[in-house]
Amino acid sequence: MTILSAFDIGLVVLILGIGASTIAAREAFTAVIGYVVYGLLLAIAWVRLSAVDVALTEAAIGGGMTGMLLLGAVARLRFAEGNDVRTSLPTRLAAGVMCALIAAGLAAAILSPPDPIPTLAPMVMEHLAQSGLGNPVAGVLFVYRALDTLLEKVVLILALLGVWSLAPDSVWGGIPGLRVYARPGSTLTFLAQLLPPVGIVVAFYMCWVGAKEPGGAFQGGTVLAAMWLLVMIAGLKRVPSISQSWLRLLLVVGPVIFLAIGLAGMVLANAFLDYPAGYAKPLIVAVEVALTLSIGVALGMLAAGPPERVRQP
Amino acid sequence: MNLAIDIFTVSAVSAGALFFLAGTVGLLRFPDSLTRLHALTKVDNLGLGLVVLGLLPQVNGLFGALKLVSIWLLVQLSGAIVTQLIAGAVRQGGPQG
Repeated sequence: MTILSAFDIGLVVLILGIGASTIAAREAFTAVIGYVVYGLLLAIAWVRLSAVDVALTEAAIGGGMTGMLLLGAVARLRFAEGNDVRTSLPTRLAAGVMCALIAAGLAAAILSPPDPIPTLAPMVMEHLAQSGLGNPVAGVLFVYRALDTLLEKVVLILALLGVWSLAPDSVWGGIPGLRVYARPGSTLTFLAQLLPPVGIVVAFYMCWVGAKEPGGAFQGGTVLAAMWLLVMIAGLKRVPSISQSWLRLLLVVGPVIFLAIGLAGMVLANAFLDYPAGYAKPLIVAVEVALTLSIGVALGMLAAGPPERVRQP
Repeated sequence: MNLAIDIFTVSAVSAGALFFLAGTVGLLRFPDSLTRLHALTKVDNLGLGLVVLGLLPQVNGLFGALKLVSIWLLVQLSGAIVTQLIAGAVRQGGPQG
């Protein structure tokens, strides 16, 4: 047994252990911390599978952003009434059985693949050069599966609309109830002044190298959202009300540009979401930059939560 | 020459791993939040620092080295500040917090 396979086995044991402890945790807060650790370990597992793109997304979205959303949910549940009501045993049993069935189905699909394993990877690598991209993942996302990528971004906006819809009518269009620690001169203020310039550069670097190396709009957008949230939580910038037109513009700019290029493809190239020959890479980079902005704003507002205060006149 | 560099890398990374181990033991064994934070910061600072120092001769190119050093600096920054924030929260919540 080589040292690497020992490492892999250890990693799998750790992931399973953390997963089990997350399920078994009594307190919601403990479970969320377990979930974040689970996400980070999963990211390492993806690196070991040479899927660095997935690893970056898992660390940013799975561990970081979802963790933050869940922490916000836990904080809200604590103040909500009737949170000591436990679900009945049959409900919990039914949920457990369903989860076990899904896990068994997934395991059956993964452990007994057809022989030979169907793959489109050789075809992707063969035609990747035509798109001018060096990263096969970016090629799949923006050339072969562009429609999926477009719809994914639309889903993100729908999710945000869902969160906003939780606001009562009286504060619609108001300011999200993000908790702000506005203590001037604290260490948090210092971090919020020092880190964002670095973070913004890292975010656009990730977006830019996404064309030829692991990275991309989602990873960059998450870093951007984190920087924005940091500045808002430290109280250096006010949380904007959701009726601001610049906010809404930034939210849709990515999907709109993507859609516009897609529609232009029907005239200038052969099909919807097809790129004119020779212009594929610049168009894809333009879409990625716009998407990074939109994803950053969407994730930031998702974490900020539904509106809770009326907009000051 | 290569052998000397490899020996340097192995010993520096091992020393770093030792600090990680010691920090983890401290995190599990120390009695209260403030001393546990003290154990954690040693890991960020010296443990990761030694690992980065050991890996520096192995990277090819200046940019790889710069990336490693900036990762260490960023972890230092966030570690120090998060520790301050947690310690502040502990003091507000009383010595048992």
